[in-house]
Formats: sequence, C-alpha cells, structure tokens
Amino acid sequence: MKKIWIYVEEYQGRINKVAFELIAKAKELGDAYLEPVEIGAVLLSNNAADSIEVLELYGVTDVYVGENCRLGEYCHTTYAPVLADLIKEEDPDVFLFGATQVGSELAPTVAARVRTGLAAHCVNLRIDEGGMMVADVPAFGGKIIGEILVPTKRPQMASVKPGVFTAKECGLPQASRIHKINLCALDRVDLRLVPQGTFVANTSVKPIEDADIVLAGGYGLGSQENWQKLVELAELLGGAVGSTRPCLDEGWADSEETMIGTSGKSIRPKVYLGFGISGATHHVCGMKDANLVITVNKDQKAGIFGVSDYYAVSDVNEILPVLIELIKSNKINQYF
Amino acid sequence: MSLHIVVCLKPVPDPDCYDQVTIDPNTKRIVRENIPMVINAVDKVALEEALQLRDAFGGKVTVVTMSLPSAKKHLLEALAMGADEGILLTDASFGGADTLATSYTLSKTIQQLGRVDLVLLGNESADGATCQVPSQLGEWLGLPHLWNVFSVEPMDERVFLLKTKYENGHKEWRGELPLVLAVSRELVKPRHISAMGIIKAKNKPIAILNKEGVNDLQEECIGLVGSPTQPGEIMIPDMSRSGERLEGSCEEMGLQILEKIRAGGIVF
Repeated sequence: MKKIWIYVEEYQGRINKVAFELIAKAKELGDAYLEPVEIGAVLLSNNAADSIEVLELYGVTDVYVGENCRLGEYCHTTYAPVLADLIKEEDPDVFLFGATQVGSELAPTVAARVRTGLAAHCVNLRIDEGGMMVADVPAFGGKIIGEILVPTKRPQMASVKPGVFTAKECGLPQASRIHKINLCALDRVDLRLVPQGTFVANTSVKPIEDADIVLAGGYGLGSQENWQKLVELAELLGGAVGSTRPCLDEGWADSEETMIGTSGKSIRPKVYLGFGISGATHHVCGMKDANLVITVNKDQKAGIFGVSDYYAVSDVNEILPVLIELIKSNKINQYF
Repeated sequence: MSLHIVVCLKPVPDPDCYDQVTIDPNTKRIVRENIPMVINAVDKVALEEALQLRDAFGGKVTVVTMSLPSAKKHLLEALAMGADEGILLTDASFGGADTLATSYTLSKTIQQLGRVDLVLLGNESADGATCQVPSQLGEWLGLPHLWNVFSVEPMDERVFLLKTKYENGHKEWRGELPLVLAVSRELVKPRHISAMGIIKAKNKPIAILNKEGVNDLQEECIGLVGSPTQPGEIMIPDMSRSGERLEGSCEEMGLQILEKIRAGGIVF
C-alpha cells in the first residue's frame, strides 16, 4: 500500500494548522491511486492523546506516535534521528512537512539523514501518470515556478508554507490505526548542542496569517510617522499589519514576522490592502491568494495594480489620514 | 587558541531584478544572463559575524563558494571585506546540484581544510530560497547545526550561547564548537568595503578547485547525477487580476475603499 505521510507540528499540545492543510492535500494525492492509500500523520509529543483525536477529525488512516517526555518540545537533535529511523523502518512513499521555521530546519535534516530529495516551499503537489509526485516550486522570488521530482529515492519529500493549501475537516471522526514509533534514537542524541530552557513566546505581534484583513505597507510610505498611521488604521479595522523587506530594513516594521512574500509569510486573508507597495514579484507571491486585493500607490505604473481587484492612484500619505478620519468620525456609516 | 571559521557564500542574480527573469520559449530554459550577480545578502551577515569573532579570538576566516569561474570576483569582494582566504569550487560536473549534492560537495571541501571550528552560512539564498543547505551541510559534516540564528554569544572560545527564531518567539541553545550555524539578517549589519580592504585583498590567496581538487569526492554524489531531486518543466505563473481603478477625490476614493472592505466581509 502506498504511504503518504505528513509531519504534525505540535507546540504545547496544540497542532499547527499547516498539518491539517497537508492532510487535505495528502488525501487528494491519495485519490490519484486506484488502490487504497495510507494517509499517515507522524506526531512526536509528550502527551499525544488529544492530538490523535483531533487528527482523526481530519481523516488520517494511520497515526505514528512517538510519545516521550524528551519529545515535549521540538528540538531537531532529538526529532530528526527518530524520524530518520521511522522512515527507514516504514519506507513511506511521500512525506510532507510544513515550511514553518521548525519544518525549514527539520525537513532538510531528515532528508539528508535518509539521503532523499526534498522540494522546498511547494505551491502545488500532484501525482503524475507514472504515480510519481510532482511538486511546483517557486524560484527567483516566485517569478518562476519549476517542477521538482524525486524519481528514485524515497520518500519523496516536500515542504509547504502555511496557508498554501486549504484544510478540510471530514464530518465524522475516523478511527485510525495507531503505531508506536521506535524511540531507540533518543539513546544516541548528540549532546554537543542542547536547548537552554524552553521556547520563549513573543506575544506582542499579531500573526498576520490569522488575520481576516491585512494592511501591508511598502517603501512608498516613506517614514516611520506614516507607518504609524498604517498601524492606527489597522487597529480601527481590526486587522494586522504586514510589511515588505525595505520597511524592515528601514526599521519601520518591527518584526520579521510581519514580512509578506517568498522569504516571509504567505497569507490568504479576506481582504488585503496594500499601501505604497510597488508590487515586486517576491511580495506578490505572498499575497496573491487574498480574496480581495485593494491597493493605493501614487505611481500610476505600479506593478501592484496589475494584481489588484481595485486600486487608487493616490499619495498614501494623503489617503491614510482620510481613511482614519472617515472611520473615526463615523462618516462612513452616513453613506452606507 | 584561535578560531578557524569557514563562511559559505553564494553568488545569486540580483534580487532587485527578478522581475526581468524570463523563460526562453524555444529552449524552455530560464533567461537571466542580463541580471548582474551579487553575493547573497544574508551570506554577508554570516561573513561579518565571522570577521568579528576572528577579531575577538584570533584565527582566520576562509570563504568558500561553489559557482561559475566568474564568481572569483565575489570571493575578492569577501576578501576585501576582511576574509583571509578564498576557495572557488568550479567544475562542469558540479552543475545542476540540488541542496543535498551542493551540501555534500561543500562538506568534502571543508573536511580537507584541517581544523575548522565554525561554519557560518546565510539562512537562505535569494534565488532558490530553499533554506536547506545549512542543515544538510551540518549532517554531511556530522556536526551539530542550527538554522535561523539571530544571536551568537561566545561564553568562551569553545562554548557559544545561541538564539534561534521561530514564528512567534525564540529558543536558546548551548553549543560546543565545532558547529554549523545558519544566520538570519538581524544578527549583525555587514560592513562596507574600504579602499584599504580592496588593496589588501589582491594579496590574499584564492584557491580554484575542480572536482579533482577535492579529496575523496564520490562522483555519484555530486552535480545533477548526485541530486535526488530532478527538475521538470518550468513556467511563469499568471497572478494578474482585473484591476478596476477607483476615481475621485481623496475622500471619495477613501469611501469606496472602505465600502469594498465591508463588501469583502470585514466588520468595523
């Protein structure tokens, strides 16, 4: 039986939603085969029971569980050897990872250990006529999409950024086969590099990938002062603020976590608002899946207009105060 | 005691010009010859960190790149920044290497440099942006490795305190040298090149190695042959939308924008 696996990233008992997105895609890949296919979720945890129940809601057929007090928090020095052993024992055909910060370290480490191929940051996956997985991978900031195949080595590995695929719950929970993962590898963990304490959370930044509306600011905003107006408007609209690389370099945006684009976050909010954004390909790749795109730029030829549903040719520094005032004065409700 | 630090650099087409990348309709190959090559920006962050550690503890910094013969100018740039020696790996048979074959070739080169205490790289390249080479290099070398390091604090010459970044927080590590570290942009700001640096660079050694110059290199592990991933078709994705222009005064446009936002399902 073909085995299509996904890696479940868990933190303090909560599953990262990219796992559910990967399960949905894994099932779709499985449908390409005529025979039944194993959809396996791989979970390393110190307390797996609740997460297994949640995974069953998304329709995995098998769950591989490594439960141990030393697996309570992600650490590649413990996780990678366990996963490499598991792959050697079970020989899966496909193994998908979320291209989160954890996945960006763990997946290549595992791939190197088992000497297989890993396609990075895929924007689509499919099975070809020969039964092989084809991964569409962006390069040059997303300007080019290239197919990547892993013809001879197994598993065929791929990483996918959160938000690229859509999660689907399957009405009723489906009982899955539970497999215990062999944890012998924990006896030979490299101790030259060890974590000091646990993960330190930064709660001050609202994650842009969870927001219904994202207000993205570009270099065209021109100053820290104008950036603050964007932040104010975002608060009035209940949205999150996103940025481009130059705004981070200028120090207007305060966190890399706000950056939208190929080397940042991929978002798919209900509404994306872009202010002073030129529309460089690597940014567009991170926002192209928004439901509605509205942009403002004073440059009539701004590339961003070509990927917008609506656009206004205007100086962002004039229109931002107007938008703030329209909401604050409640004038908006007098019109509609 | 002193440190021997190796920094891996990648020349990439200038990211500011990616909008000019096209596909030749006949050969189906990527056309990027018109785009100037630059050192991948975050690799310079790795180099700066290496230079500061060397200046603090003594030792030397070796820069390594695997690229075309023309990449010698990027090594010269790194030497002008302050690196001590350069190695250019260049051979037609290295071509088409994926991250596993690239990291293998780099690892074999690093292994013949004698004692190496630290290997530093940028956390991703602008062109391929897979983020995979650093971790895979660590695996080939059999050394502990960390990705996305934004703070490097030596406790002494052999033990470093490190911080790595995650989506909404960070984690601290204690690492004994030798280590492989992939650094992020916020670690340190790379220095500018001085005139004196350029003059000094001319007298610093650059070794140009082909595959025979690397000891114990398994042919089946290098280049396209040694790459478990193989490329298929390439295309330029269409991301365009209809683009209706909003007209009127600032206030009129503002009202239309807010109206569209509400219609898009946002309550405010």
